[in-house]
Amino acid sequence: MLNRQGRPTAPGNDNGTAITTFTGNRGLDHEELLSFEQDAPGRCGVDLPAPPKTTERLGGLARRDAIGLPGLSEPQVVRHFVRLSRKNYAIDSGLYPLGSCTMKHNPRLNEKAARLPGLGDLHPMQPVSTVQGALELIDTLAHWLKTLTGMPAVAMSPAAGAHGELCGLMAIRAAHRARGDARKKVLVPESAHGTNPATAAFCGYEVESIPANEEGRVDLDALARALGPDVAAVMLTNPNTCGLFERDVIKVAELTHKAGAYFYCDGANFNAIVGRVRPGDLGIDAMHINLHKTFSTPHGGGGPGSGPVVLSEALASFVPVPYVVHDAKGFQLVEHEGAGGHSFGRLKGFHGQMGMFIRALTYMLSHGADGLRQVAEDAVLNANYVMASLKDVMTPAFEGPCMHEALFDDRFLKDTGVTTLDFAKAMIDEGYHPMTMYFPLVVHGAMLIEPTETESKDAIDTFVGALRHLAERAKAGDKERFAAAPLLAPRRRLDETRAARQPVLRWKPPAPAQAAE
Amino acid sequence: MSEIRYTKDHEWIRVEGDTATVGISDYAQNQLGDVVFVDLPDVGKKVAKGGEAAVVESVKAASEVYAPVGGEVIGANDQLSGDPALVNRDPMGEGWFVKLKLSNPAELAELMDEAAYADFVKGLG
Repeated sequence: MLNRQGRPTAPGNDNGTAITTFTGNRGLDHEELLSFEQDAPGRCGVDLPAPPKTTERLGGLARRDAIGLPGLSEPQVVRHFVRLSRKNYAIDSGLYPLGSCTMKHNPRLNEKAARLPGLGDLHPMQPVSTVQGALELIDTLAHWLKTLTGMPAVAMSPAAGAHGELCGLMAIRAAHRARGDARKKVLVPESAHGTNPATAAFCGYEVESIPANEEGRVDLDALARALGPDVAAVMLTNPNTCGLFERDVIKVAELTHKAGAYFYCDGANFNAIVGRVRPGDLGIDAMHINLHKTFSTPHGGGGPGSGPVVLSEALASFVPVPYVVHDAKGFQLVEHEGAGGHSFGRLKGFHGQMGMFIRALTYMLSHGADGLRQVAEDAVLNANYVMASLKDVMTPAFEGPCMHEALFDDRFLKDTGVTTLDFAKAMIDEGYHPMTMYFPLVVHGAMLIEPTETESKDAIDTFVGALRHLAERAKAGDKERFAAAPLLAPRRRLDETRAARQPVLRWKPPAPAQAAE
Repeated sequence: MSEIRYTKDHEWIRVEGDTATVGISDYAQNQLGDVVFVDLPDVGKKVAKGGEAAVVESVKAASEVYAPVGGEVIGANDQLSGDPALVNRDPMGEGWFVKLKLSNPAELAELMDEAAYADFVKGLG
């Protein structure tokens, strides 16, 4: 499909007032050199005693040239990383409305639990008898996930959302193969996450796109027409990337099953329905749950993702190894199923992201079932508050209330000369990470805002005030200011085209100066 | 005498005898924005009408370029790998993608001519 979302690609006109300084620093915001550029040979953070005299036995394997690590003092290293961290915009620094990403607060209690010595100091190679508590924790988390989703089985090992999709589709492929049915196609609606078609293609399936209807939901007639004996699975995202609940989800499940296919649901947006809807009741066969979204474990550079996959009865026996079982001898980790097993095999080293399991379970236990239900309610309430507060100055893409994220298109910018990209860059000057833009593709100049339940009414009112101000300035003809944005960030508008055409992927030391002849 | 025809997916095809040159339209390059990468098929590959003939990637997105009609790839524009911006500068000329040996010239009749395509693009707003 040709991308016709109207996103400009050229950098903006640099006609804002750029103040230059002698140091290149911007006030107390330092212009930081790479650690390699700060290298002073011989400088070191620790004073190690000289090694005792040894005989080298490395032979031909002995290092021939310098290792190439920069020589730095301890204060240099500390300052370097503190300065870099100040350049990072994180959920810990402010509202992070990146739609479809559920950038919610990571409670510090989670961190405390993950650092308990009995959990934090474990090693995955320890004998199972010494890690009974850790295995019980995995088992308890699995129980919570199965209960919240109404599904009989869960694979805990997937390392992230897309990895979970892969796990789900591999289970589906194994189930089809087990009955000698080599289906070739996976149907993916346009309102699904971008990773869905990528996963299906990676699994060797041919991907067929199903259009969205006028309401931003899957076109049921088109889906019914596309279903057939060659379709292995349907992948639906619910709530979808338009921030809307797929009302026909039960019909989708019925049609899918009637055609002999399995129903995969992308659970990335589970935050909108946790505690209120059980995917198992909707006829879903497999769904990943992003612990790093719904269950508040860090993501976006703050920590690894974790994407357990819940499975229906039909797929339960294909779950990947290893998995935890409980018998008379206590908790065991099944690493090999042996004869008669249906597991499709191993997806990842060890048993999954233990640190994230601890954080997610801490979040569940500290919220309780009622608290999790309120998470979904508040997330949806906040998104609708954003939508209602902006709908007179911006243009919601679809009529009616939304779920956990509010989707706007760029009709309100028509004839202003300001694009969605300009608008997003101007938000940076106002101190906000921009929302997701130009996605989903079904909406022109899309702006997808997900405030999550983390934000208070005061924080949202300030955010809404900033967006209203920007929308009004765009309409008042202030397009030069938008074209020049961001003016106040450490870097001005970046040249995305040049970055893609001439990427600089690693630092190289400057060429040594030529010796004088 | 060559004739040029267009698809709804914004590919053009210029036919000379039983061979043809395929590229993307000016409208397509404009919507894509700055093209940063083009993935071309190997010579000898057989493509069906509507099958994937190439991939064009801009800063915004990667999009498939579909074969307007079926045929065998007899040439690919190697210049695009070093200078993908050719697609933006001269989409209808130097920025061509592939040359095909047509397997069924009758398929051409299903495509739009210049005037019909101009109307089609106008309708997209």
